Amino acid sequence: MVNSILIKGGAIAGGSTADLLIKDGVIAEISPKIEAIADEIIDASGLVLLPGFVDLHTHLREPGRENSETIATGSLAAARGGYVAVSAMANTLPVADNSAIVEQVAAIGKSVGLVDVFPIGAVTKGLAGDELADLGSMAHSRARVRVFSDDGNCVSDPLMMRRALEYVKQFDGVIAQHAQDPRLTEDSQMNEGIVASTLGLKGWPAVAEESIIARDILLANMVGARLHICHVTTAGGVEIIRWAKAQGMKVTAEVTPHHLLLTDESATSYDPIYKVNPPLRTQGDVDALRQGVIDGTIDIIGTDHAPHPVESKECEWQNAAFGMVGLETAFPILYTTLIANGSISWERAIEVMSSAPAKIAGYQNHGRNLAVGEPAHIAIIDPQGRMRVDRALLASKSKNTPFHGMEFQGTVVATVFNGTLTHKVDVRSEKA
Amino acid sequence: MKHLLSINDIDRDFALTILDTAAEMAKVTDGPVKKLPTLRGKTVVNLFAEDSTRTRISFEAAAKRLSADVINFTAKGSSISKGESLKDTAQTLQALGADAVVIRHPASGAAHRLAQGRWINGTVINAGDGTHEHPSQALLDSYTIRKHLCGGTGDLSGIHVAIVGDILHSRVARSNVLLLTKLGATVTLVAPPTLLPHQVEQWPVRVSYDFNAVLPTVDAVIMLRIQQERMSDLYFPSEREYSTLFGIDSDRLGLTKSGTILLHPGPMNRGLEISAEAADSEQSVVVEQVANGVSIRMAILYLFIAGSQESVNG
Repeated sequence: MVNSILIKGGAIAGGSTADLLIKDGVIAEISPKIEAIADEIIDASGLVLLPGFVDLHTHLREPGRENSETIATGSLAAARGGYVAVSAMANTLPVADNSAIVEQVAAIGKSVGLVDVFPIGAVTKGLAGDELADLGSMAHSRARVRVFSDDGNCVSDPLMMRRALEYVKQFDGVIAQHAQDPRLTEDSQMNEGIVASTLGLKGWPAVAEESIIARDILLANMVGARLHICHVTTAGGVEIIRWAKAQGMKVTAEVTPHHLLLTDESATSYDPIYKVNPPLRTQGDVDALRQGVIDGTIDIIGTDHAPHPVESKECEWQNAAFGMVGLETAFPILYTTLIANGSISWERAIEVMSSAPAKIAGYQNHGRNLAVGEPAHIAIIDPQGRMRVDRALLASKSKNTPFHGMEFQGTVVATVFNGTLTHKVDVRSEKA
Repeated sequence: MKHLLSINDIDRDFALTILDTAAEMAKVTDGPVKKLPTLRGKTVVNLFAEDSTRTRISFEAAAKRLSADVINFTAKGSSISKGESLKDTAQTLQALGADAVVIRHPASGAAHRLAQGRWINGTVINAGDGTHEHPSQALLDSYTIRKHLCGGTGDLSGIHVAIVGDILHSRVARSNVLLLTKLGATVTLVAPPTLLPHQVEQWPVRVSYDFNAVLPTVDAVIMLRIQQERMSDLYFPSEREYSTLFGIDSDRLGLTKSGTILLHPGPMNRGLEISAEAADSEQSVVVEQVANGVSIRMAILYLFIAGSQESVNG
């Protein structure tokens, strides 16, 4: 049993270097030089210690789709990615729309013990959009659900959305909206634009996302509720959220790593590995999303980790499933796109990966500073480390990564969850 | 050049080679012995996962006139209708020793998946994939236009072609835009705004909503089939209105210059996008398109299968 870990010489939160001692799950000491006996000693010279990452958007597929992912395999993938908490989306089979399912998911997560698994509750029963799910029961269950989402589906009925926003105020809940007007996106396959027009794939207009974002911001503002916009993908969406924040409205927004990097040009291969909901957009959108992360319009990075088995992707584009795995590549993509070039600071990286998602979801034990007495949730980063993505090496049960063969900088070399190492690569041999 | 998935796979010179080769093939077809030994011992599979009559029999006739063994694999009553994946179907065809697979499929990009999925070694010929492309149709249209308007040689410089109708959902239109412009023709798309692709202004074409204004300026008119189900998808108010604004009849034909030819890839909806008088007029080359289709497909099979041996090995 490892009860103490001494991490030597790492840059604490990207700042000055120090030794950090973990004992019994908490940070016991941070000093320039700690000479202590520990069960495990990690040489972190040249490495950076960040608060462990928190994902607000994770599809763990259990119960019901264990051929794609389980809570155990998803938790391991999360740990490899530097995560200490994930939020299990409700679109399982059966749907997480009642206290029994969310308690089951939380309990399995706890028994796996690699990350905190926080279930997200469905907004409507069966994600069908017709009746509200048991929001209060889920909130008051042992899973203490605070984030509700029909993700995969949009809560498209404006009255349903209004009621949900109002109702969850009683337990300081938040509605995480998958913004997609269903009527404007019937059978849609990819971003509506010149690429879709040329490929003959049915377009998915940006306005289908932006109109719902605008509507829900206005609704949430009217009823004084908290709204979180999942996976923003368009420049227009960023602009609407920027406007709302300037008015002082309570809205938070998320972007995925893949939307910070890839564009609809990828679809010219017709390889459905690039098929995702919401779809990959244009370079102009990518640039706007990055700017949103830089200036604070976008609050968090959410992976939208969406595992699918091989057969769901090894087919024609229109018959393929939407989604990409992302837990194990999220930080390296953020590092490569925004940190390495100085676009964002370590401080901002900590916000988008850890403290802001924890705050939005009310995960009080997470997203905290690396300070004495705080829970020991730490991601150890090698800023010089390089990762060539190999789908065969992913911990996730599914291998549907669009990043296979791509090289990123800024690797997660170790993860500490509750004072326990849940992930560690041999840094020295990696560098050799 | 191994596969014909898109007009983008061929350059101008090779497109002209296909047209010239088709002209040679037409001479064979018109001769007393309608058969060449060129593809003897080769197996061509017609994989038709979507209903089709003329394209399938056209490719079948073309392959047989080149002495290939032909296997027809159609959706109805086959493993495809039982839910077999494209990958498994492809591997089955591979095991059967297909030298070429001619694929018609309702999914855009299906031919690309077949060719790039590493499931099959043979040549893949796209015979129409979803709303993406239909390269052999475009080649036979250019062949027909060139024969009538350019003396059967050279490219299509100076020729103005209108493509009229449901551009948005038309694989014929996409392949024709690419090929006609590659061969130097000017293309004007005529359609209601609802049936034009988003950002069509980035295509190398002109766009008009006024059919009557375009007609006197063109040398060829390609009418597209309008699918009945488009009406329920709110693309236009009624068949009658569509027909009035974007259909061709003898009155509209009267607006054209003499010598303007009228094409339609078939099957025609007589009375909707084309009137019977227009379809059967002297300007109509619809029946000839079918005959030219066999010559073009003979040229394609010859150049991509027989011709591919060197490029594959080299």
